[in-house]
Amino acid sequence: MNYAFIIAGVLLVVLNIAALLIWLERRLLALWQDRYGPNRVGPFGILQVLADVIKIFFKEDWIPPFSDKPVFVMAPGILMATILLTFAVIPFAPGFLVFDSNIAILFFLGNSSLGVYSIVLGGWASNNKYSLLGAMRASAQMLTYEVFMGISIMGVVMMADSFSLKEIVEAQEKTWFIFPQFAGFLVFLVAGIAETHRLPFDIPEAEGELVAGFHSEYSGMKFGLFFVGEYLGVTLISAIIVVMFFGGWMGPAFLPPVFWFFFKTFIFICFFILLRASLPRPRYDQLMEVGWKILLPLALINILATGAIILFL
Amino acid sequence: MYSIIRSIWLTFLHAFHKRETVLYPEEKPYLPPRYRGRIILSRDPDGKERCVACNLCAAACPVDCISLQSAEDDDGRRYPEFFRINFSRCIFCGFCEEACPTYAIQLIPDFEMGEYNRQNMVYEKEHLLIDGQGKYHGYNYYRQAGVDMGVKGKGEGENEEPPVDIKSLLT
Repeated sequence: MNYAFIIAGVLLVVLNIAALLIWLERRLLALWQDRYGPNRVGPFGILQVLADVIKIFFKEDWIPPFSDKPVFVMAPGILMATILLTFAVIPFAPGFLVFDSNIAILFFLGNSSLGVYSIVLGGWASNNKYSLLGAMRASAQMLTYEVFMGISIMGVVMMADSFSLKEIVEAQEKTWFIFPQFAGFLVFLVAGIAETHRLPFDIPEAEGELVAGFHSEYSGMKFGLFFVGEYLGVTLISAIIVVMFFGGWMGPAFLPPVFWFFFKTFIFICFFILLRASLPRPRYDQLMEVGWKILLPLALINILATGAIILFL
Repeated sequence: MYSIIRSIWLTFLHAFHKRETVLYPEEKPYLPPRYRGRIILSRDPDGKERCVACNLCAAACPVDCISLQSAEDDDGRRYPEFFRINFSRCIFCGFCEEACPTYAIQLIPDFEMGEYNRQNMVYEKEHLLIDGQGKYHGYNYYRQAGVDMGVKGKGEGENEEPPVDIKSLLT
């Protein structure tokens, strides 16, 4: 019974946050570009999301006749399912956790790898050359960044001596892992941006070259699922960064732990949006080069150094 | 690497800059006096129509949005019987104003012409004609040198010399 409430609560909060992020992103981008953004519908334009959702629900749900229909319909669902499932293992506050798994990190990594399927299948089923190019880029980018995304957080796992996210947070009672694991944090941050294929790493979408890439054939609520899935991914990566490097719910006691968790997550979400506002998209080969030649060795050195320090000190 | 961090920081600083947006319906932008907006037909200082229905504006119009029919009153003065501008076609290029020999047709600083019905974008003469003189005050085409249209006698116009007495020996 208690679980049912937590699950419902997490779903409600997470989905609403993802919807509000659309508004937040537009407002913040506008702020950093000296504009106003949506400010007409409701106070500060916050009901813009509602208007958009109503619009997107009433749009024609068009499935291209040349597409592979079952796969085409399934692809956005996979994205939402994998991301929402991962929220089950995230500890929002002590006791506010759906499922305290002892392999939570592996669960997160596995689910984010599965998420690639939605993009690849969506691009493939669209039967469109731009979509296929986007899907191809997405698979290569995800494969590259999956590798050292996993490796970069192994340092944290070694220091906390656990795969459970709850225990990782509890291990940060004294110092947050950002300080001993700074290299790991940097690599994970870059990999996280690439994982959510957000700007500046939105190479699978690349409006300029690929006309929205893997989801160019999607319309209506299926596109909406991809869209909300992107923001869910941002929330998820921010939450994971907070849990693993910034002490999760830890914070001064005058405010409840759940506030600290959401506050830190919010700051990272804003940082993701700031990245979008400031950085240009790298070329495709540059992305792979940085991944394999710099970030992977950096993650490996980090894991070696952490291991050596734990072993000999 | 340094440039990436620098550009992130500089973008962040834009949060404290002034926003460039003009919040339009509440805050009207300044339109210069020569702004090319809605087209009007002006009158001369006597309160009569300046337009002489010469059709030069309709000829100059690149999108053919002006249509008019000329007529003559009892003095032989020409005026447009109807004058119609289809603003759903008009591109506000101002060629008609340049072509007009009498300063009758003028573009004014107003662009708020939205309509729900496309047919309402077609303006007839009673919508176009204003009571004032527009941008060029005091100009009266018929008071300049030229033929007599019941406004002035021969040789009495502005910038016009009296007629030469060709029978006088002194000229």
